[in-house]
Amino acid sequence: MKIGVFICHCGSNIAATVDVKKVAETAGRMAEVVYATDAMYACSEPGQQAIEEAVKKYALSGVVVASCSPRMHEATFRRTVERAGLNRYMFEMANIREHVSWIGRDQGPNTVKAIELVRMAVEKLRLNRALIPRKLPATRRALVIGGGVAGIQASLDCAEAGLEVVLVEREPSIGGKMSKLDKTFPTVDCSSCILGPRMVDVAQHERITLYAYSEIESVSGYVGNFEVVIRKKAAYVDWDKCTGCGLCIEKCPSKKNFDRFNEGLGSAAAINIPFPQAIPKKAVIRAEDCRQFQGKKCGICAKFCPTGAINHEQQDELVTIQVGAIVAATGYDLADWTVYGEYGAGRYADVITSLQYERMLSASGPFGGHIKRPSNGEEPKSVVFIQCVASRDPSIGRPYCSGFCCMYTAKQAIMTRDHIPDSQSYVFYMDIRSPGKGYDEFTRRAQEEYGAQYVRGRVSQVYPRGNKLVVRGADTLLGSQVEVEADLVVLAVGGEGSREAAGLAEKLRISYDSFGFFLEGHPKLKPVETNTAGVFLAGSCQGLKDIPFSVSQGSAAAAKTLALLSRDMLESDPQTAQVDIKRCIGCGKCIQVCPFQAIREADLRGQSKAEVLEAVCQGCGLCNATCPQGAIQLSHFTDNQVLAEVEALLCP
Amino acid sequence: MEHVQLGRGDTDFIRAVETESGQKVSRCYQCGNCTAGCPMSFTYDFTVSRIMRLIQLGQKNTVLSSKAVWMCASCESCSTRCPNHIEVARILDVCRHMSRRAGFGGARNVRLFADAFLQSVRWHGQSHELGLMAVYKLLSMRLFDDLTLAPDMLLKNKLPFKPHRIKGRDEVAGIFRRYAQGRGLHGGGKK
Amino acid sequence: MSAKTYAYYSGCSGSGTSKEYDLSTRALCAALGITLADVPDWSCCGSTPAHMVDHALSAALSARNLAQSEQLGLDDFVTPCPSCLKNTHNAIEQMRDPGFRKEVDRLTMRPLARKHRAFSVLQLIYEEVTPEGLALKIKKPLHGLKLAAYYGCLLTRPGRSMRFDDEENPVSMDRLLEAAGAGMLPFPLKVECCGGSFGIPRGDVVARLSGRILELACSMGADALVVACPLCQMNLDLRQKQIRSAVRLNFHLPVFYYTQLLGLALGLPEDQILLDKLVTDPKPALAKIEIIRPPDVPAQPAKEVPA
Repeated sequence: MKIGVFICHCGSNIAATVDVKKVAETAGRMAEVVYATDAMYACSEPGQQAIEEAVKKYALSGVVVASCSPRMHEATFRRTVERAGLNRYMFEMANIREHVSWIGRDQGPNTVKAIELVRMAVEKLRLNRALIPRKLPATRRALVIGGGVAGIQASLDCAEAGLEVVLVEREPSIGGKMSKLDKTFPTVDCSSCILGPRMVDVAQHERITLYAYSEIESVSGYVGNFEVVIRKKAAYVDWDKCTGCGLCIEKCPSKKNFDRFNEGLGSAAAINIPFPQAIPKKAVIRAEDCRQFQGKKCGICAKFCPTGAINHEQQDELVTIQVGAIVAATGYDLADWTVYGEYGAGRYADVITSLQYERMLSASGPFGGHIKRPSNGEEPKSVVFIQCVASRDPSIGRPYCSGFCCMYTAKQAIMTRDHIPDSQSYVFYMDIRSPGKGYDEFTRRAQEEYGAQYVRGRVSQVYPRGNKLVVRGADTLLGSQVEVEADLVVLAVGGEGSREAAGLAEKLRISYDSFGFFLEGHPKLKPVETNTAGVFLAGSCQGLKDIPFSVSQGSAAAAKTLALLSRDMLESDPQTAQVDIKRCIGCGKCIQVCPFQAIREADLRGQSKAEVLEAVCQGCGLCNATCPQGAIQLSHFTDNQVLAEVEALLCP
Repeated sequence: MEHVQLGRGDTDFIRAVETESGQKVSRCYQCGNCTAGCPMSFTYDFTVSRIMRLIQLGQKNTVLSSKAVWMCASCESCSTRCPNHIEVARILDVCRHMSRRAGFGGARNVRLFADAFLQSVRWHGQSHELGLMAVYKLLSMRLFDDLTLAPDMLLKNKLPFKPHRIKGRDEVAGIFRRYAQGRGLHGGGKK
Repeated sequence: MSAKTYAYYSGCSGSGTSKEYDLSTRALCAALGITLADVPDWSCCGSTPAHMVDHALSAALSARNLAQSEQLGLDDFVTPCPSCLKNTHNAIEQMRDPGFRKEVDRLTMRPLARKHRAFSVLQLIYEEVTPEGLALKIKKPLHGLKLAAYYGCLLTRPGRSMRFDDEENPVSMDRLLEAAGAGMLPFPLKVECCGGSFGIPRGDVVARLSGRILELACSMGADALVVACPLCQMNLDLRQKQIRSAVRLNFHLPVFYYTQLLGLALGLPEDQILLDKLVTDPKPALAKIEIIRPPDVPAQPAKEVPA
């Protein structure tokens, strides 16, 4: 083998604290190294050129570049060596920036460590062999999970571009949180007026198949070839027959049930269509609220349904589909604010959440668009908004800013004055976070034109006195305690990942954090990718965001999906596990530890052996480390290669 | 208030408060929840959140000479509701210790009452309410406060004239003695 | 009921201003089958003044009492007084730090040998007897009495340290008094400060803070306040006259210890619950208790079972 070594200065990033000349000189004397040099910027155009030329001039069969992290430029240099005619896996990278120059100031030891890292890379490279990616066919259909505004956007973009789309929504209607909102900031346009048409587009699109009131049962397969089982929950109504006329709702005798869509304001019938613009506009019976299911004689809905759609015997149904890519857009849930005993923990009727307030403001909401005190139906004159409830509060494990509350609170303060001109709003805030286009101007308008009184400080306690609520807070700008008598208190409750997010993440084999948000591939450069190929993220499931950002991310996820599935064949990464059949004893340990279900038991002339599904294998190496026989080897990271590196370090 | 010269704050003071209270004052993000709930705030010269801010900036003299650190009733509203779980009441306690050690007067009557109380415990092993009232009145020269209560107290036979002296009162006095002797040994006493 | 014995620490006010609390606590516990053993030759915990001066001094004063309780061979240290509880509890918690413990040991010269647990008599009754258990023993239910339970600031706060009941909306006293037949109001200022030990040096502070508590309880239609703290009781009851003139309101609201009312409901005699020690006359409130006559007693005595 003829190896070439290139030591990068990275400007002064490396060269300032590593003697790069000496590293190159030493590398020149390493086994099978025929050429070693240093370069100002190995990744630059001339730097890459030099590598290509050296490969040709010295007939190199392998290349080592000592520079930054492989996360940064491994792909770059693999392309470089490929251009020079080598297989892209005949390349190794030694990280002498993040692992050396950036963490140590002393040139002597730094140089020694850099030499050691280069030697390890060379020793590994000596055992590298050419690897060829496999070509796989891909199913040109995408699955979008979650029918909120992000999921709707992703679905429509994919479908418009010619892709088949399956959209799965757990609720009876798509629309998500946005469908519950009255107006949107900073334009104060009607939420359902802008969302409604998009929802209709979804329903009418020839390439979108919508499964509402359905959940993901299981996901198997791999990028390009996922097999997904969808559970269509029993609605106890035959949706093919249901026309959405609403007669059943009118006649249903069980009317005093918790109204999910209206966040518990008002009440819902046991058979219900969540809101007038619902898509699909089909009725669903909640068994726990239905008299028939509670063992009482009823069946009134069935009696009155003009199309005979009611079916109390209906069962959940499982549907299996094949898709090439998956977009998760499962949104968020409000955090549990009842942990705040000082705000009454839910005991006071006139302390409500911001989302309840939206339903109150909405003309199609339970109060017909009138702001009323839930306790006595009176119009409130003094409304207090408390921001950062369950946000920026490490004491309840919610240290992050939810990002959108400042803006919707400003909107709600504006709407309050709009609905009740002689009302006064007070907004208790810690900081006003309004970095979007036209956002800060909007919060100023709330104060200057709509007279909202902004008070900089948290609220310590809310308690009833007479039929008013006493709100005790601080004005830290004034350096004083303040107290205000309120008719209504609206808590700007922050969000957290959807409650089912963790379960779904397990099925999709993607990571999630302790707040239930899915983890993106890279916080800056891969914001909609995940570490599982073919699974993308859109909207608040990745981290809370407002409508414009959710829509942007929906489009971004669609673009990624389209780019992936625009090719007829996909390439699989050849850095996968390989089974040495002779050594494998069929113990099955590898099958147990594989987090991707990429290994199965195969029968070889009556003997049980492990078999790796190369397309599914992500090259994590767990099986490799677990196999008691050393029968499974990870290509490009074989035991021998790793041991060679260790040996190069310990016995140079 | 005197203008604050940033960069000239007393960082030793910040460290001392953090060490003695076991709290990290930089965790305070000035939300004002402590101030909002503080029942004693109306008696303060600086609100609790401002005391926290002054500590963050190392304004030792302002903090230790403030009335606020003396008027805190240790009700723990602040500690209970602090979103950053800072034991604010303990920080105020620690500032009060420092204020006393550094010889700042604080709220005079509050300090004198504490002195009278502990004196009573030191003498008898238990606090003797009537005796400590007498000592406090003499120290503070507030002879006529609360005299209206006396008839009720006496009528209800609630104030024994004679203190109960416990057998182990020497042991209790010993605790006070060793405390006075060892004051310099911990927590950085008055230099 | 377990035959467990608890080291009992009455606290200084128990032999003075809150004699009735101490006595009614003892009587109540006896009636409920709880055995209390007095900490021998106990000393003052130092109350608020001690921790205002120094935490190690405060802890040392509490540690001496814990050391005294070791003579009884008991780990569980109970007290009716939230202030004493807080000091003892804090001493135990802070002494988990070896450096702090060393300093306390230097002051007391009596290192503790046992692992101690300190809690209130209220917690003991609430968790060991439970409201359901108590209900079975009620002889004279407090029907007709509308009460506001006031817990004070020290008993449950902060929850992460006291680990009893709810730090913002405690319910233990409410549940026990409900079990005794009383009607409990949803009193929102349950854990607000009454002014604590500022009664003597700053009467105006107590007038304002306790005044707010009395005022709200009155406006909610309470017949009386119920407390679990000697200092709260003194501020709210003994100083009520001062408060009335300071806040210019004319309320007369008796302030009971919960032990007195539970004792009353258990049928304990006056000399064990000492209602006459209360300054604000409790009789008008007590007159509201509706005597529900027991079902007609049969004329003949119940048949005796032959031996």
